Amino acid sequence: MSNGARMRYLSAAAIAGASALVLTACGSGGDAGVGGGSDGGDVTLEFAQWWEPELPDGAFRELMDKFEDENPGITVELLSGPYASTKEQVLAGAAAGTMSDVVGLDGAWVNDFAKQGAIADLSALMADDGFDDSQLVSQVQVDGSTYMIPVVNFVYPMFTNDDLLAQAGVDTPPSTRTEFQDAAEGITALGDNTYGWVLPLSLEAPNGVQNDVMSWVWASGGSMLDDGQPALTDNPDVESGVQFVADLWDAGVVAPGSFTMKEQDKVEEFTNGRVGMMIDSLAHVTTIQEANPDLQFSISAIPAEDGYSGERGIPYASWGIGVAENSEHKAEAMKLVEFLMSEETNAELSSIANAFPGNTESVPDFVEDNELFATAFEIYQDGYPANEFTGLPVAEELMRQLGEQLQKTLNGDQSVDDALTAAQEQWESEF
Amino acid sequence: MFTSHVERPVVAPTAGGSPGPDRAAPAEQPPARSGWERLKRRLTPYGFLTPTGVLMAILMLTPIVMVIWYSLLDGVITTKNSAFVGFANYAEVLTDPVFFTAVRNTLVFTVSSVVAHFVIGLGFAMLLNTPLLSHRTKAFFRVIYVLPWLFTVAIIAVLWRLLLNPNGVVNYLLGSLGLTGGQTEWLADPSTALASVTFINIWSGYPFFMISLLAGLQGIPKDLYEAARVDGATPLQQFRNVTVPQLRPIIISMALLDFIWTTQQFALIWMTTGGGPINATEMLSTFTYKLAFSRYEFSVASASAVVVLLLSMVLAFFYVRHQKARD
Repeated sequence: MSNGARMRYLSAAAIAGASALVLTACGSGGDAGVGGGSDGGDVTLEFAQWWEPELPDGAFRELMDKFEDENPGITVELLSGPYASTKEQVLAGAAAGTMSDVVGLDGAWVNDFAKQGAIADLSALMADDGFDDSQLVSQVQVDGSTYMIPVVNFVYPMFTNDDLLAQAGVDTPPSTRTEFQDAAEGITALGDNTYGWVLPLSLEAPNGVQNDVMSWVWASGGSMLDDGQPALTDNPDVESGVQFVADLWDAGVVAPGSFTMKEQDKVEEFTNGRVGMMIDSLAHVTTIQEANPDLQFSISAIPAEDGYSGERGIPYASWGIGVAENSEHKAEAMKLVEFLMSEETNAELSSIANAFPGNTESVPDFVEDNELFATAFEIYQDGYPANEFTGLPVAEELMRQLGEQLQKTLNGDQSVDDALTAAQEQWESEF
Repeated sequence: MFTSHVERPVVAPTAGGSPGPDRAAPAEQPPARSGWERLKRRLTPYGFLTPTGVLMAILMLTPIVMVIWYSLLDGVITTKNSAFVGFANYAEVLTDPVFFTAVRNTLVFTVSSVVAHFVIGLGFAMLLNTPLLSHRTKAFFRVIYVLPWLFTVAIIAVLWRLLLNPNGVVNYLLGSLGLTGGQTEWLADPSTALASVTFINIWSGYPFFMISLLAGLQGIPKDLYEAARVDGATPLQQFRNVTVPQLRPIIISMALLDFIWTTQQFALIWMTTGGGPINATEMLSTFTYKLAFSRYEFSVASASAVVVLLLSMVLAFFYVRHQKARD
């Protein structure tokens, strides 16, 4: 036999074998189907999320058991993993059309999944079910329809180190930008490697652009969008917010290492007492208190532009929920969504997650026994949750693009206007 | 990656296997063998090969073919009906200025790493091979020198992020010696970031060279050195005319392998700088990753991956040719 003929035989055998294996895999995969078996009229809902591992052991399962008791015939199967692997799982499910019936969503993914037709229009489902959406704190919409409902929210207020502020001669946490800059300069002037503010701008995890930069714009009632389209240029609110960040940088009050700093580094700098003020998730209160029990710190609203008296937007991250378009049990899935959003369950979930409720009527327990959380809850109720990145296409990439332009500006390579113009161009091409 | 292991023995059994029985066939065997039996005999070796063939097809061939196919489609994975767009994705990658920054950074990173790995690896290997130290001392230092290689990339990244932090140990030491201002942002300053990640990569990778070269050094016959000494060669001449030529095959193999691996370094870059600040440490690997998992442009990412594959294949070609020449 010639070499060529041999190779041909070999390839044919290999391909035949491979096809056999692939077919077997498809066969066994096909049986599982979406939503599990439905024998005897019973429905099994698959619920993929990253929440269960972040909650106390068994707490989330208990809530699901309660739902099953209230809705005989529906069983909930929890598919739990860490945030990052849930994201990959949901992404793969969206591509393959095998998404779980109910999925935990991050606002940053919603636009892509909605456009892909992977998640269902909740506005229609809520209308079918007669669900009153006025009790929802917020909804994430694409083209006017809701695709995600934030179940609980983690807000990002301003944290201030009481001792450092006192040493710098500041009695109360700053509430305007000028007060903030003065306080930051005062703290930096204390020397000994202490800085007024910390700004994580890592391009690996670019959420600092959302939480630590755009938060200044939202806190003064500004917006980076106009009718759902990017509006970074010709927008005085955005310009003044970003200019303020650049001014703080030029004043030398920002802790060094910004360009590769991530959220956890920011928290560490604050916890160690090297930084006087930061904007951070309320979810980190316990971590900070455990890591440095002696640290005295307060929580307040993010400072607004001088003279601003309107409602302040406060950045937040959510555990959002959505329903898969390919689910065969959308009505049952909607029941689970409604259960989680109901006043009582939502309050309970918020309490165990140390987060703020997605239902306007719910009040979590911890607000009553913890002063810091009580203050934060007041800030939350006084303002409005603002995170304009949720619902945008490739939200993380948008943050990275603006982050890169900001790095160039802070590095002295271009002006704030140039950065915003360049980012606006990049954003427009993604919309 | 797949480029480094070409399983040559796969074809070998067929070459030796099938003619054997034919040649051995004795004269008294029934002359007319049925066609089916002959076919069975011919196919038997392939039957034995099938498991390997299937595995290779599933694990290597399928993903590669899929990526190449994806690179020719538009909006793959994220849209239901992707259209064939020919080489449009390649055009997009090759006209992106960041792609060329990534190529340049990858080259600087890789060439510096490989050269430094070789120099440091050879230096330490020769120290460990010296007859001047006792076995125990050498064993002790062998453990010390090989340590960086034992850490996983995640640990290395965290460790060096802490060490190189503006408030970290490195700055403290350099600052107290008066060599720097003591607040250098090694990884966060665009002018020092690439050098810093290259340094970390050098630190974590030299032991691999060192161990291989040490094995090579120990294998050089002592009589070559004796002969050189008899001829009056100085230590430097011995190094140039005995040590280096004897190590050459190992050096070339290691350098080529290291070159291939370092061009594909992703985790270390991603976990220390994420390709930033600005584009200072953007590599081909981080560039491709961002396209796929941050912008969800899997088609363009596939095109970029195919470009990287082609570049790796050039290197792999030299490696295989060098290995063949040795055989």
